Amino acid sequence: MNAAPASTPDIAINVEGLSKSFGGREVVHDLSMQVKRGSIYGFLGPNGSGKTTTIRMLCGLLTPDAGEGTCLGYDIRRDADKIKRQVGYMTQRFSLYQDLSVRENLEFVARLYGLRDARGAAREMIQRIGLNGREEQLAGELSGGWKQRLALGACTLPNPRLLLLDEPTAGVDPKARRDFWNEIHALAAEGLTVLVSTHYMDEAERCHEIAYIAYGHLLAHGTVDEVIAKSALSTWTVSGDDLNGLAAELAGKPGIDMVAPFGTSLHVSGRDKSALEATIAPYRDKSGWRWEASEPSLEDVFIDLMNRSKDNFQ
Amino acid sequence: MSATDTVHAAGEAREPSFGFWRRSYAMLVKEFIQLRRDRVSFAMIVMIPVMQLLLFGYAINTTPRHLPTAVLIQEDSDLARSVLKALENTSYFRFTREVHSVAEFDDLLQSGKVLFGVEIPRGFERAVRRGDRPALLVAADATDPVAAGSALGALGMVMQTALAHDLHIGDPPAMPFEIRAHARYNPAAESRLNIVPGLVGTILTMTMLIFTALSVTREVERGTMENLLSMPIKPVEVMFGKIIPYVIVGFIQASLIVSIGVLLFGVPILGSVLLLAALTTLFITTNLSIGYTFSTLVQNQLQAMQMSMMFFLPSILLSGFMFPFAGMPVWAQYLGEGLPLTHYIRIVRAIMLKGAEPSNLQYDTIALFVLMLVAMTIAVTRFRRTLD
Repeated sequence: MNAAPASTPDIAINVEGLSKSFGGREVVHDLSMQVKRGSIYGFLGPNGSGKTTTIRMLCGLLTPDAGEGTCLGYDIRRDADKIKRQVGYMTQRFSLYQDLSVRENLEFVARLYGLRDARGAAREMIQRIGLNGREEQLAGELSGGWKQRLALGACTLPNPRLLLLDEPTAGVDPKARRDFWNEIHALAAEGLTVLVSTHYMDEAERCHEIAYIAYGHLLAHGTVDEVIAKSALSTWTVSGDDLNGLAAELAGKPGIDMVAPFGTSLHVSGRDKSALEATIAPYRDKSGWRWEASEPSLEDVFIDLMNRSKDNFQ
Repeated sequence: MSATDTVHAAGEAREPSFGFWRRSYAMLVKEFIQLRRDRVSFAMIVMIPVMQLLLFGYAINTTPRHLPTAVLIQEDSDLARSVLKALENTSYFRFTREVHSVAEFDDLLQSGKVLFGVEIPRGFERAVRRGDRPALLVAADATDPVAAGSALGALGMVMQTALAHDLHIGDPPAMPFEIRAHARYNPAAESRLNIVPGLVGTILTMTMLIFTALSVTREVERGTMENLLSMPIKPVEVMFGKIIPYVIVGFIQASLIVSIGVLLFGVPILGSVLLLAALTTLFITTNLSIGYTFSTLVQNQLQAMQMSMMFFLPSILLSGFMFPFAGMPVWAQYLGEGLPLTHYIRIVRAIMLKGAEPSNLQYDTIALFVLMLVAMTIAVTRFRRTLD
């Protein structure tokens, strides 16, 4: 039962051409992706881009309108029941029982999956996620960070082979986020495949591979370096006085696709390197600003992708 | 005093005039918008009163006529036929069965298939002609004093006029025979004997429906459904898990009501307590299944409550609890047969007041079973396994 079908030993998720519409609006369009076993796969994209819908199709909570594929070697259309046994899904909104205690929630999950010693399994998980001392507290009374740990504990309790985490760290403080990611890496090291959606760039950089999705279309995927390289974006970082004025002046000029303030500096990016350089040339000689050619950040790449996709799909 | 003064002085946002009304108005507008969005609730606002008024206005009849009656004719004579015709002409009785033995007669009354039994004894006509004033037996199921009362009350008067036209034995100063009416099961016509067993069913219907009607919508509204659906659990398993705890709750509730009925109101339990317990459990489960079905059909808790009300009102009014079942028009009786309370009220009255045996209650037991299975099937097929 635990043995993976022989056909796809290294691929945990392999889907092709997934599409889904709600009320005539296409939320996911012709999406194909492959996730290697044991890897942490980051799923990025703006709000409403179809990340949650895609995740729900992967674990059998939604039926795709078109497309096919396998999750852990099981057909996502036919074998939803088998997939559910081996997939831990952490929903975007806390969806355990608020009026049950930490222990009761975990025992419920353990029993539902038919673990032999539900009490023991729950006790162990409470230790693992560091909730000891709070096991009798009602889940609804936990703070955001603790709720998120409990949710992770609940979806890893039945020893799944794949974790689907939908914006697991939204609204969680940085320390808790770091602990959470350490845990994710520890789980992946044990052979678990993790698909995680997020808005945070630092989290994207902690993934082995990422995919960027906007308006239902998968726009880029690969390792962080690959995605940056493929973007063919040239970026200059400017520091100095009156950056707001400069930003307003540069925006919309030929060769300049994006101007974005980053703290005390400004990122000026364009896909056409020579046009960009021609436009900024007169400004580079002016005093008060320091220009530096730099690598685009992942965020630059994503915002550029988002701006471009807006043009294409809206 | 000074503290409030400074607050007033510092507060730039001046209290607008008619603040109370503006804020109430803002709330009112918001409520209307939300109400309009909830199409189902909006429809029910119109549907509930209109449907219920039409339904009950036509169905309810407190002086029931054409009540099902069994006849046991021990002699075939002109007089016997005249008497029966006169009885039917009173419009209170409708002869639905002809039986051939007293045992059969008792059985029909006990199972509630007929409300009256008329027996014309052997040698009736001859005794009348001899002036012996023989007895015409009219046995009534008086568990429901309303249903039996008006028919029995009118019996003597109406019969006399009817017979005067029909019989050719002169113009007798008095009835040529005696009508011996026998109000069975509740001879003193105490309405509480009838009401209390009925209440067992009515109270259980109300509480059981609400328990499960909210169960699925609550999971959806609290967001726990998404998590539940992502786990390997089947719709049948969800249903049983949600129903069974309340079977126990319902059983405790039923025991409480029955105990109070017996101890405080002096209602007897003539039949088997075990049988009553078993069939009450069946009734509880049927109601819970129906409530659970509602829960899978509606979108939110308000709709679930409205749907329960839509079901509860006819249950009270069309089940024979408040008004005699046999007095309703046929279409309303068919409707009533679809309500578990109708069958349970027959069962509970029969066991408590008539000492009925399982063999008397076969039909109603099967009906409860069928209703339960239908509800469960709808619930399981309607339960959405995905979020589509």
